[in-house]
Amino acid sequence: MLSPVTDPDGAPFWRYAAQGELRVQACADCGEPRFPPRPCCPHCQSFASEWRRTSGQGRIWSYVVPHPPLLPDYAEQAPYNVIVVELTDAPRIRLVGNLVTAPDAPLNSLSPDRIRIGAKVQAVFGPTGLPRWVLERP
Amino acid sequence: MAGLRDATAIVGIGETPFAKRLPEDEKTLACRAVLAALDDAGIAPGEVDALASYTMEETDEVELAKAVGFGDLTFFSKVGYGGGGSCATVAHLAAAIATGQATVGVAWRSRKRGSGPRPWRNTTAQLPTPAQWTRPYGLLRPVDEIAMLARRYMHEYGATRDHLFNVALACRNRANQNPAAVMYDRPLTREMYMTSRWISEPLCLFDNCLETDGALACVIVSRERARDCRHTPVYVHSAAQGLPAQHHGMVNYWNDDPLTGPAWTAARHLWKHADFTPQDVDVAQIYDAFTALIPLSLEGYGFCGRGEGGAFTEGGALEIGGLLPLNTGGGGLSEAYVHGFNLINEGVKQLRGTSTAQVPGAATCLVTAGEGVPTSALLLRS
Repeated sequence: MLSPVTDPDGAPFWRYAAQGELRVQACADCGEPRFPPRPCCPHCQSFASEWRRTSGQGRIWSYVVPHPPLLPDYAEQAPYNVIVVELTDAPRIRLVGNLVTAPDAPLNSLSPDRIRIGAKVQAVFGPTGLPRWVLERP
Repeated sequence: MAGLRDATAIVGIGETPFAKRLPEDEKTLACRAVLAALDDAGIAPGEVDALASYTMEETDEVELAKAVGFGDLTFFSKVGYGGGGSCATVAHLAAAIATGQATVGVAWRSRKRGSGPRPWRNTTAQLPTPAQWTRPYGLLRPVDEIAMLARRYMHEYGATRDHLFNVALACRNRANQNPAAVMYDRPLTREMYMTSRWISEPLCLFDNCLETDGALACVIVSRERARDCRHTPVYVHSAAQGLPAQHHGMVNYWNDDPLTGPAWTAARHLWKHADFTPQDVDVAQIYDAFTALIPLSLEGYGFCGRGEGGAFTEGGALEIGGLLPLNTGGGGLSEAYVHGFNLINEGVKQLRGTSTAQVPGAATCLVTAGEGVPTSALLLRS
């Protein structure tokens, strides 16, 4: 499986995720959240930023179900789902992830016909340190 | 300054055969396409002084120039973002020639995407997307990234798989008229489309472009010089690139309005500098790496309103005789996928009156580069 090839902007996200926290970058001056993280604020051009804790709640904005040809580790689990989640705390922050039945469940643990745009989801953290998502009402 | 409007013209086009696998390497194919385009124009290689291609092009200017015998080059540029750069190659040359930096420009693309590696399989190279936020979750390929937007588009606007089929069918029907098209002898039916295998739901096999080996080139000169060339000049009427504010490439999930993209930005500039409007376009060559890019582009370039791109495809609108005949050589979906360069050459053929699926009396043509990445577009006229 691919793990994140991170950079100085993105590294804090993954550090917090490893601790089981979903945080997003926000401007320390004007307060605007932004994603993906970047060196300065596109609203006020400030270089000061903070990592704001979120509730980890969101709604499914869209999803796909990939089928082969895929990289081998992913082909083994295909078809699986990839979702985009709109965060409740910051609706314009959308995170790509997987909808699973439990924090350590495989990518294909949930049947694709259970997925609906708009469904409420909650972030959970598995052994890999990647944020994953479970249905609020399974 | 007079600007770009009709200041330059495409006077030569050339291409190799298209196939899943060609025996020659990319450099050789590039040389063949470029020499064919120069021969078509009636211009000797020694007169070429400007070049433009894509950053993903593997044959560099030095290799090409010394192989085919170009003269001294005074302008050369490469445009980024994969298929988003296709029309910009012509636009850069038009600007260079209109401003006196060069006199004869060649744009080209040579690619063995059919028999060569799939770029997304390389896990060390960072594709032009912020990969750390997407790839670990199995959003691996361009088709996965675009399918995510396609699903949302269908949800918001009620577009259907039949709308996407209309796009695939129009391209296939034109390919069935074009002996050079990879899918020349392979008709498509609705049943084939609806029962084909998924690639990334909601997109199936026939929503994806071909994987092709091939090369193409075209020659650009000033309008004055164009009158002395072999064929009727095809004028570069208007040209634009487009990188919208807060755009994120194919994973455009992180701004206020992810279902608008670079087409909207390019279109605003393109029409501002044109003497005609979308309603006056006789034929369109719209970048079709995936069928789902067409409804978005139809909206972006002003052929219909927001959310109407799916419905626009109904009633044979994209066929010959329809509202907007589309990708008349077969496009990336059914002629060849060479990063959209075949769309440029097909636009020229239409305005010369020599297409294998000729739109009667075609005098204006829109050509676009990849939507969903920083893009470019051309308005051509005869």
